[in-house]
Amino acid sequence: MKYEPVIGLEVHAQLLTESKIFCGCSTKFGQEPNQNTCPVCAGFPGVLPVLNRRVVEFAIKAGLATHCEIARSSILARKNYFYPDLPKGYQISQYELPVCIGGYIDVDIDGTQKRVRLTRIHMEEDAGKNIHDAHGDASLVDLNRAGVPLLEIVSEPDMRTAAEAGAYLRTLRQILQYLEVCDGNMEEGSFRCDANVSIRPAGSEILGTKIEIKNLNSFRAVERAIKFEIDRQIDTLSDGGTLIQETRLWDENREETRSMRSKESAHDYRYFPDPDLLPLIIDDTWTDEVRVTLPELPATRKQRFAAEYTLPAYDAELLTARKDVADYFEAAVKVHPNAKALSNWIVGDLFRVLKERKLDDQLYISHWPVAAAHLAQLVQMIDHGKITGKIAKTVFEAMLDSNKPPQQIVGETGLEQVSDTGSIETAIDQVLASNPKQLAQYQSGNEKVFGYFVGQVMKATQGRANPQKLNEILREKLKTSVRQ
Amino acid sequence: MSLAQLTLHEASDKLRKRELTSVELTEAVYQRIADTDDKVHAYLTLAREAALEQANRADEKLKQARDPAPLLGIPIALKDNFLTKGLRTTCASKILGDFIPPYDATTVDKVRSAGAVIIGKTNLDEFAMGSSVENSAFFATCNPWNLERIPGGSSGGSAAAVAADECIAALGTDTGGSIRQPAACCGIVGLKPTYGRVSRYGIIAFASSMDQVGPMTKDVRDAALLLEAIAGQDPADSTSINSSVPRYSAALNGDIKGLRLGIPKEYFVSGMQIEVGEAVRSAIRELEKHGAVIEEISLPHTEYAVAVYYIVATAEASSNLARYDGMRFGRRANGKDLIETYMISRDEGFGAEVKRRIMLGTYALSAGYYDAYYLKAQRVRTLIRKDFDAAFGRCDVIVTPTAPTTAFRLGEKTQDPLQMYLSDIYTISINLAGLPAISLPCGFDGEGMPIGLQIIGKHFDEATILRVADTYERATEWHKTKPRIQDR
Repeated sequence: MKYEPVIGLEVHAQLLTESKIFCGCSTKFGQEPNQNTCPVCAGFPGVLPVLNRRVVEFAIKAGLATHCEIARSSILARKNYFYPDLPKGYQISQYELPVCIGGYIDVDIDGTQKRVRLTRIHMEEDAGKNIHDAHGDASLVDLNRAGVPLLEIVSEPDMRTAAEAGAYLRTLRQILQYLEVCDGNMEEGSFRCDANVSIRPAGSEILGTKIEIKNLNSFRAVERAIKFEIDRQIDTLSDGGTLIQETRLWDENREETRSMRSKESAHDYRYFPDPDLLPLIIDDTWTDEVRVTLPELPATRKQRFAAEYTLPAYDAELLTARKDVADYFEAAVKVHPNAKALSNWIVGDLFRVLKERKLDDQLYISHWPVAAAHLAQLVQMIDHGKITGKIAKTVFEAMLDSNKPPQQIVGETGLEQVSDTGSIETAIDQVLASNPKQLAQYQSGNEKVFGYFVGQVMKATQGRANPQKLNEILREKLKTSVRQ
Repeated sequence: MSLAQLTLHEASDKLRKRELTSVELTEAVYQRIADTDDKVHAYLTLAREAALEQANRADEKLKQARDPAPLLGIPIALKDNFLTKGLRTTCASKILGDFIPPYDATTVDKVRSAGAVIIGKTNLDEFAMGSSVENSAFFATCNPWNLERIPGGSSGGSAAAVAADECIAALGTDTGGSIRQPAACCGIVGLKPTYGRVSRYGIIAFASSMDQVGPMTKDVRDAALLLEAIAGQDPADSTSINSSVPRYSAALNGDIKGLRLGIPKEYFVSGMQIEVGEAVRSAIRELEKHGAVIEEISLPHTEYAVAVYYIVATAEASSNLARYDGMRFGRRANGKDLIETYMISRDEGFGAEVKRRIMLGTYALSAGYYDAYYLKAQRVRTLIRKDFDAAFGRCDVIVTPTAPTTAFRLGEKTQDPLQMYLSDIYTISINLAGLPAISLPCGFDGEGMPIGLQIIGKHFDEATILRVADTYERATEWHKTKPRIQDR
C-alpha cells in the first residue's frame, strides 16, 4: 500500500524581552545559576504574576506576521504538573483561548509555494533547568530560565515531507527573526521544535496514529527524525504491526527515535484559567499600534528586491535571508545604485568576513565591519575608474574595522588608479626595455606574451595602472616596435 | 481598665494627645498576652523585640508628625498567612517548617508604613481551610467567651486576639467567611472587602478568586480606619482594581434614612439556631427605627453556594498548594527518589483537611470531570452573582445572620467535615460573588455566646455597609461587652 505522511510542528520560540513574563527579573543568558530570580519566578508563597506587556506585543507581532486573528479576549491558564524545575507546580500558559488563532505561512519549496496553516499561537512561561551529576548524587536546580517568555506556535498537519517541514521551520524562524522577537537559535534552545508525524493510506482523509517526536535540536535533526519516523511507521504497518499514540525521543547519535511515554502514561495537566490573572483584552487600537511597527517581511522583501533592483532571484534570496543584511544592502544602494555589484560584494566578501568573525551568530548586526555607505563608495570608485577591482579588494581589507571611507584609505596608501598616459608610457617602456627576449617573441608573432607585459606593468605600478589605458598604450607601443 | 482594651481610634487619640506612648501601649498588649494567651492560644509567633523597636520609632514620629496616620503606634496582630519579612510565617502548616519570608505582603508593607506595630502572628486553620482553627497543625485556639468553644475560623486566632484584648486590632483573610464567621463567634467586627479592593500579594493563597484581606476590630470605626490603610490597587496584584479609596471613617454619619435593607428569604430557614434568628430580626427592627426600609428579596441559587464553593475553592487550592514540594523552602523529607521525596514531604507536611481539599480539587479539574464539576460550578457561580445583581436593584444592602449558630464546642464537628462546611453557609455566596460584607455583634445566645449580624454591600460600596453597621453599633452596647476569660 502507498502511504501519505502527515506532519505538524509545534515550535517554542523564546522571546527577546528584557524581563521575564510575570516578574521583573532579567532574561539575560549565561548568568550565575539562580541569579535571575525573585520570589515570583521562584514560586514562593504569596507571590502573584503580572503579565509583561512586551510579551503580548511580541505575540501580536508574530500573529499579525502569520495572518492570525488576534483574540480580543484570551485567557492565561495553569498547566499543573510536578517537577523541580517548575517552581509553582504549574506552568502559566494558554489553553482554551489563545492570543492568536488561525493564520498561515507560505513556504517556498524548490520554487513552488505551499501554504501551511497555523492552528494557534500562545504565550507561556519557560521552566528552569535541572542539572544532574554535577554535585555528587544530588541534582541542582537553576531557575534563571523559569519565567522566560515563550511563544508556542502550532501548525496544522499540513506538511507531507521532511523537506516541507524543514522549509516551514526555516521560514517561521526567518519571520520571527525579522520581527526581532526571537533569535532563532536552535542549538541553544531558544527556538525549539516538536514534530507530530503520522501516516495514512494515500488518498485517505482520516488521520493515522499520531507520534510526537521530541529532542530535535537542529534543522537537520528535525528532517532526519521525520524521515526516520515515516519509514518506521510505514515498515511497522507494512509488517502487519500497529502503531500506538506515544511520544518518542530523537537519538542524535544513533539516528533513530525511541519510545519515551505512551498516551496512557501521559500527564493529566488539569488546565484551568489562572485566577491570578484577568482575561487579556486586546482592543483594535493596541493591535493597530503593533501593526504599524511590523517590518516588511522576508517574502515580500525578496520579491521587491528582485523587481526594484533588477537582481537575480538568487541574489534577492541571499540578501533578504536576514533582515540586517537586507537593511545593509538598501542603505548601500541608496549611496550608489549599482545593485548587482553591491550584491556581489555583500554575498561574497562581506559574508566571508561575517562568517570568519562569527558575526552572523547575532540576530541583528548593528556594528558592521564595513559601513554600508563605505562599501557603496568603494563600488562607486571602481565604477568611476578611480581604482581597479583588484585594488578594491585590498582597500576592502583595509576598511575592515578602520571605519575610514575608501577615499581616505586610497589617498593614504596611494592606491588610486594611474591613468595619466605619461606614467603608464614610462612604465611600459621600462618593461619592454628590460624584457628583450619576450619582446622578440612577440615580434616574431607570439601574441600571448602581451599578457605577460600587462602583468609586468601592473607589477611595476603596484596594480594601479588603469587597465584600459595600459592595454591601449601597450598595444600601440608593440605595434610600433614591430614596425621598427 | 487595661490599655490593651482600647479601640484603635481611642488609642490613636490618646497617642496624638500624648496621653500615652506606643511603647506603653505595646507593653500593655504583651502584658495582656502574658496573662491570657496561655488560655486563649491566639498567637503562633510573637515578635516582641521588633515590636518594641517599631513602637519606639512610632513614638519618635508621634513627637514630630503634625497629622499622624491613625495607625501610627498601634499594636496589631496578623493572621499567620501574611508574609512578614524576617518573621516566621507558618500558615499553621508543618510543610512551611520555619519559613522566614524574604519579603512583606503588600498589606503588611502598608500597615508598617502607616506606623503600626506588629505584635505577632495569629493562629488559623492550616492554609486557612476551616471554620474553627481546629485544623491548625500546632494547637487549637479557644474562644475567649468560653474556652471550650471554637473561636471560628479560619481567622480564629486574629478574632480571639481582638476579643481577648491581646491586640488593638488585627488583619485576617476571608475566602468563604474566614473573617466574618470568627468575628461573629468572638463578638467582634470583621470586614471582608470587595474582591480586588485590597492587594492579595504576599498572602499565602488558598483560593485565589476569593481570597481577600480585611480588618478584624473592636468596633466599626476601627474597621473603617484599618480598611483605609490597606485598600487600593497594587501593581503586584493583577486582580486588584483601580477604584478610588474613600475615607471610610468619614462616611460614618449615622444617616440611613430611606436606605433599603434587603432581607433574603432563603437565609432565614431551618437549621438556624433560634436565638440567632431572633437577634438578627431584632437588629433589623433597630435599623428600621433609624429610617431604613425593609425589602424582602430572593437569592434563588443560595442552596448551591456551598457545593459551588467547595469545587471552585478546592480546585484553585489544589493548584496553589503544588508549590509546597520541599524543593525551595519549607519541609523536605528524604525519599529514595524524586517521586518519593514529593510524596513523603507532602504527606508529612499537610494535615488531613488540606489533603482532603487537594484531592477534591484535583478530582474536580481532572480530564473527564472538568466540565461536570469545575465548569458547571463556575456557571452556577455566575448565577449566584446575578442573584445579587438583581437583588441590589431593589435594595442598597442585604442583611443576614453571619453564621447559622454561635460558636460550637471544640471537637464537636471535627469528625464531620460536611457539618463543618455548613458553618459558612451565609458567608460563602458573598465570596463567590466578590461582594463586600461586614459582621458585627448583635446579641448573645442563652449560653452567653456572641451572635453576628452580616451586612452585605454592592461591589466597592464598603462605605455604605460601614455606615449601616456603625449606625447599629451606636444604638447598641453589644460591642462594649467584654468576655471574662476563665477556665470552665
